[in-house]
Formats: sequence, structure tokens, C-alpha cells
Amino acid sequence: MLKNVCNTKKNRTVKFLENILHKMEPNFVKGAKYEKWNPLFETLATFAFTPKLVTTKGAHIRDGVDLKRTMMMVIIALIPCLLFGIYNTGHWQMVAELGNRNLPYWENGLNKFWNGSIIVLPLIVVSYGVGLGIEFLFGMLRGHSLHEGFLVSGMLIPLTMPADVPLWMVGVATAFAVIIGKEIFGGTGMNIINVALTARAFLFFAYPTSMSGDKVWMAGTETTKVDGFTGSTALGDLATFMSDKPIFQNLNGFTSEYTLSESFIGMIPGSVGETSTLACLIGAGILLITGVGSLRIMASFFVGGLAMGLLLNLMGGNPYFELPAVYHLVIGSFAFGAIFMATDPVSAAQTAKGKLVYGFLGGLLAILIRVLNPAYPEGVMLAILFMNISAPIIDYYVIQGNINRRLKRIKTA
Amino acid sequence: MSRLVSIHKGLDIRLQGLAEKQLKILPNSRIICVSPLDFHGLNPKLLVKEGDSVKIGDSLFFDKTNEAVQFVTPASGTVKSIIRGEKRKILQVLIETSENQEYKNGSAEDVSKLSSEELKTKMLACGLWPFIKQRPIDVIADQNQEPKAIFVSAFDSSPLAPDYNFILDGREEDLQTGFNALCQLTKGKVHLNIDAKNDSALFSNIKGVEINKFAGKHPAGNVGTQIHHIDPINKGEYIWTINVQDLVIIGNYFNTGKLNARRTIALSGSEVSEPQYYNVLIGSNLDGILKGKVKGNHVRFISGNVLTGDQKQQNDYLGYYHNQITVIPEGDNYKFFLTKGWLGLGFDKFSNSRLFPTFLLPKSKQFVLDTNTNGEERAFVVTGELERVFPFDIFPMQLVKAAMTKDIDGMENLGIYEVAPEDFALCEYVCTTKINIQDEIRKGLDIVAEECL
Repeated sequence: MLKNVCNTKKNRTVKFLENILHKMEPNFVKGAKYEKWNPLFETLATFAFTPKLVTTKGAHIRDGVDLKRTMMMVIIALIPCLLFGIYNTGHWQMVAELGNRNLPYWENGLNKFWNGSIIVLPLIVVSYGVGLGIEFLFGMLRGHSLHEGFLVSGMLIPLTMPADVPLWMVGVATAFAVIIGKEIFGGTGMNIINVALTARAFLFFAYPTSMSGDKVWMAGTETTKVDGFTGSTALGDLATFMSDKPIFQNLNGFTSEYTLSESFIGMIPGSVGETSTLACLIGAGILLITGVGSLRIMASFFVGGLAMGLLLNLMGGNPYFELPAVYHLVIGSFAFGAIFMATDPVSAAQTAKGKLVYGFLGGLLAILIRVLNPAYPEGVMLAILFMNISAPIIDYYVIQGNINRRLKRIKTA
Repeated sequence: MSRLVSIHKGLDIRLQGLAEKQLKILPNSRIICVSPLDFHGLNPKLLVKEGDSVKIGDSLFFDKTNEAVQFVTPASGTVKSIIRGEKRKILQVLIETSENQEYKNGSAEDVSKLSSEELKTKMLACGLWPFIKQRPIDVIADQNQEPKAIFVSAFDSSPLAPDYNFILDGREEDLQTGFNALCQLTKGKVHLNIDAKNDSALFSNIKGVEINKFAGKHPAGNVGTQIHHIDPINKGEYIWTINVQDLVIIGNYFNTGKLNARRTIALSGSEVSEPQYYNVLIGSNLDGILKGKVKGNHVRFISGNVLTGDQKQQNDYLGYYHNQITVIPEGDNYKFFLTKGWLGLGFDKFSNSRLFPTFLLPKSKQFVLDTNTNGEERAFVVTGELERVFPFDIFPMQLVKAAMTKDIDGMENLGIYEVAPEDFALCEYVCTTKINIQDEIRKGLDIVAEECL
């Protein structure tokens, strides 16, 4: 009985919304008063209701899947990273304020979550606000509704940012990424490199002082009253092994500061969403069960990173080289990059074999850059961007193999 | 010895409304239609005018680009009207059938005593030739080419497909004569591809042909899939194909000397109240078959199956090559995003992706699918989804892109000669982009046919 009442109530609301839609639609069609605003109207209308488009040619029935649902699934997969990122940001902000790196991690949870939200949510609002604004502008210029790609990019951008990054920088970076990284190529599905990484790379090279060093990774380090306190990250500390003034005397110093389990759970400083390998793996599970993410890319990326780590272990001779290979997979943004960045289907390799090569080389390069080039403590971003550029070449050779097989058939026939 | 080929990729779309194995023989419909539009790329020249009386087997029109190919009437009567469209394009030739069906003079022949040329001439003249199609390009076969093989699929794996074992039960003799005729038409092999699950004596006893068994999901029954796995087409080669039920019409002609162009079709789909088989004349009026058997009032009539068929109105006519009529609901209504729309749970959606819980439901569950596209057209974003339903050693997305961009070299290199639009039907179904892939492939084939063959 109660269920029925609920149902009719719900139906009434839906009918009400549908009626509004019917009433407003004529104002936005071609030639009508608000024709220019059709992309905006269409975006909102198709968000609330799957449109009444029917098949006209070819197959009369179509799969239920569409880009909205696919993209929404990636956002759902990012939620664990987001929630953990908020908590982690809150924790390290408190650490910076008190100047005590040994603050118990799981105490004062609500407080940390609240503080983290205040830092992280504005990043998200700016990223979506700027990005969607520009997307709508391009949509109106081109006369099409919003294509869903940015829904994911808009969430990825804040998660790859250091917590203390100024909001205007996020806005500028997002604008750069959307315009130069995507829209000039034709919009969603046409970009050559990953949009979210374009934003991060832009900041990395345009404002290096705000994006590297040991000041930015924890919120609040600028204002901390404790002298000599640094907000360094695991990777930043490790990179000092390659310089004259290492922070730790030997590797044991590092591994006791950053234990493997803490690093895996993500209780370390770093960009907002990247620190928790555990949260990333939950996201990976969602992406793999729904089939949105490519297992080939994720797995080969991890294998590539592990292989490079083991190779460096074999070479040895320097504490950073001797860092257990597994460590490389749980610190920095390795897992986040492998699961959410490298798997972007538009900028990744598109053939099955190509994906394996692409992932493996990406993982390999990420660790290579990370260890051998102290100027770039984190190599994942650069490795993925480089592989984005290389993906068409990889695909070219895979496809050429198929073409050659076909040509060979003619010769032998 | 027969050879077994297992197809691992593909998708069986589980729809409601499979035809019961009951057969009803319907009398000739009052009006029948022969439409030049059923033959892709045909440039027809009329041989009759309104009011002419015709006998079964009389030519109605021929192909201007290949004048030997005659298109004949399957029923006798008078030419009621010739319907034309823009630029006087001939759309339909309608024939009012007479009480007494008269046949054009013909006589039974022993096909094995005819030479290849004699057989071709006979088939061209008496209207049997349009049944034979060719790969590449998927059009009516060019009789001047030498096919390296002829392929016949003895089963249809598409959604709600008719069962040829049931339809052709008792037609062994005509079937064998049909295959004998095919053997005369090629110096190569004639391949008969049968369903590994449903191995009947009807087909396995056919002599003079190479029998191959196919197992797996749709498109295992598509002749294109079968060609690709047995004897793939290279540039410059031709393979001919024919539907097995059409082959029986040919066999019957040589056994009796009369063109008996009746076929058994499956009336299927979720909106049909009693899905079953009907024996009708080619080009029959759909209304005569469908009257009183359609449940919904807002439905789509499809001559053929849901993946490759043609959209029709209730007073239209059965397509020339179709063995099935499907009726499904139209989907032109808004769907609220949280209930039936894009973010709903989606237990009513049949999806090849795991974004919907289809993959958790028991395999016996059947679905009612409507004609809604379930989303708007987008660029190619998702990769790897077409490959899962495309059992060819061909990159489907790359080939579709080459076709869309009219890249002739690209299409040739990527294997356009091996495919027909119907081979891409499942790709079109699963594709997130909602692009009309079969149409793009057809346009690509047309360009290649014009530029390269």
C-alpha cells in the first residue's frame, strides 16, 4: 500500500517534469526564440530524461549503454579516492598546523573530514565550473549539447592537484586543458592526450614553484607556525637520495617513516586523490566489473612498473635503486595513474595488443623517470602523456600487422 | 568429413516472441509487390505498364547496368500500378493477383546435364538469378565473374530467427537439385554450413557439397562469418551466396519447370499475439499476414529481423529476401533517468556491456526491447566493445572510421572486401556511439564498388 502511494507520488513528479519539458521544448527548436540556447536546454533535458530518439536506419534495437552511463560509472569509481583524499587532506592539514608528523591518523576523524572538505570541495567546484562553462560555450558555437567527457575530467583534475594549490591556478589549468587539450581537436573523443593530465602538466611547467618542492603537498604549510616543518612527500624524500643531501641516512630510515601498509592505505602526503592505492583498487574493481576500464592497460601498467623496479633493484648501488619494487606501486600516483589516467580510452592505444604494449611501456617509463631524474620526483604523469603521444604509433604497427596478414593471404593464394 | 568451426565472439540477443513451430498456409494476397528498392544498387528499366496482364515468371523490369538480369512476377494477374518517387524513381510495381494462377511456359530440366553457361542463361531469364548474391559489395551476383566458391548457410542465428530445419522439412529433393545447380555454377567448392547444435539429416545428407559445422553465438549463422573462417575473400576474388530457402525455390523450378515463389516466414516479436510460421508468396501484403495478430497499438513492423530488416508500415509488403516479420514496440517516449532512463537499474535493458545487470540474469530471461536508441549520437570514445561481437580478423572500429572518412586505401587494407553491412549489425547494436554503422559500411562499399572494381 505504502509502496503504491510512493510510486504514484514519484510518477506524478516525473509526469510533472515531463510536462515542463514538453512545454519548454518548442522555445528551443530551430528558428524559435531561444534557438541559441538549445545546447543548454538539450543537455539538461537529456540528463533528466533519456530522449525519445528512435532508430531510423540499420539495427532497429540498440544496446542500453550510452556515454552518460559509461562516464557516470567512472565518477562512481572515483568516489573512494575522493572520500579518502578529503580525509587525508584534512589529516595532513592538521599535521602542518601542529607541526607534528606523528599525529595519530585515525583520531579526530570528523574534524579532519570537515577540514579536508573545505579544502577539496572548492577545487572540484572550480574545476567543474570553469570546464563545463567552456564546454557549454563550445557546444553553443558548434550547436551541440554537452558531450559527457568532461564529467570525468572535471573530477580527475582536482584529484591530481596538490591540496594547497591556489584556486585560480586550477581554473587556469582547467581552461587550458579543455581548450587546448580537447576542444581545438573537436571535443570529446577527439583529444590526443589525456585532458586531466594536460591540466596538471600545464601547472607543472607554467608554475613550477607552486607545483613542486616540499611546500605544496600538505595544506597549511604556508601558514604553519612551526619552524623548519616541511610537507615533503615520499617521492620528494626519495629523490634526495640522488642528490648530495639525502634526507634519510639509508633506506631503512625511509621505510620506517613510510611503511608499506601505510603507503598502501594512503596515509601519506601527496596530491588529493592519489595517495591511497587501496581506494584506487576499489575504483579499479568497479571499472573492471562494469567493463569500463581496460584490464589489459591496468595490468600491463603495473607489470611494467614492477619490472622496472626489479631491474633497478638488480642494478643496485644507490638506496633509491634498492627500494623494493613493490614500494613503487603504492607510493606517489602510480596506482591512480594506472587505473584512471592510462585507461582513458580516447588517448590510450585502441587495439587489444596495442593496449598491452602501451600499458607496459607506460609503467616502465613512470618508474624510470621517477628514479633516474630527480628533477621530476613523480614520473607517472610524464610517462602517461608520453605514451598518449605514442599510442597512435603502437596502434599503427598492430594494425599494419593485420594488413600484412591480409596481403600475405593474396600472395600465398 | 565435415569440419567444425567454433565462433567465440558474438552475442545472442534474447528477445521475446519466438515463432511457435506451427505452419499456416495463407492464400495469395490480393496485391503483391515487387520493389526495385529490395535490390541494392539496381537501376531498373520497366518492361510492363499499368493494366498489362502478367503470368508467373513474366519479366517486370531488368537491370540497366546488367541487362541479362530479369526480375519477374511471382504471381499472375494484372499490373495494378507502378508507384514512383522523386525524379520518377520506381519504388514499387504492384500486381493484382488473379483467381487462376498461370505460369509462363517452362519445363523441368536435369541441371547436371546443363553446362554452366546454359544454366546461367536459364536462371537469368526466368528470374531466379536475383536470389544469388555476391561478396564483395553484397549485391546481386555478376554472372560474368567466376566465383571461387559458393556459400550457403543452413541456419539463421539472428534474434528470433526462423528455423530452416522446420521450414524446409520434406523439401529434400528440391534442396538437392538446388545444390546440384550451384555445383554447376562454380569450379570451386559449394559450402553448406550447418548448425553444430541442431544437426538434422535434412542438410547433412546433401551430396556434392562440402559440409561445415558452426558453433557459437550470433553471427555464427551469418554467411559472412562463415566465409571468413573457411575461405576468406581477397581483393579480386568473388564468392557467391544464397539463402537456403531461396535455393529451394531454384531447385523446385528445375524439378517442376514452374516458378513457385512461396516461402515460409516466421512472424515473431514481442508485439505479436501468436508468433508462428506462415507460408506466403514473396512480396505479399503484410496486412494480410498481420491482421488481428498485433498486440500493441504503437509498434514497428520490420520485414526481416530486428538487426538488419527494413522498417515497414502495416499495409506495406514483404521484402524480396526476407524470411521473417518482426513486430516490436516503438520507443519514442521520454524515459526518466532514474527509472527507465540512463541511470536506472536497467533490469529491463539487454546489454552486452556489464553496465547493466543483464549479465547477472539467468540465460533463460527474455527481453522486450523497443526502438529507442537509448542515448544520443556521440564520437567514438569507448574502445574494444565492437571487437567483442565481431568474429573477424578485422579491426571493426578502424574499418568503420575508414568508411566514414571515405578512405578508400584504408578500407581496402582493413578488409572491406570481406564484409557486408549485415556483418556489422551486432557492432551497430552494441556501439555506445549510436552511429548507424551498417549504413556507413554500405556507403563505403558503394564507393569501393565504384572506384576499385
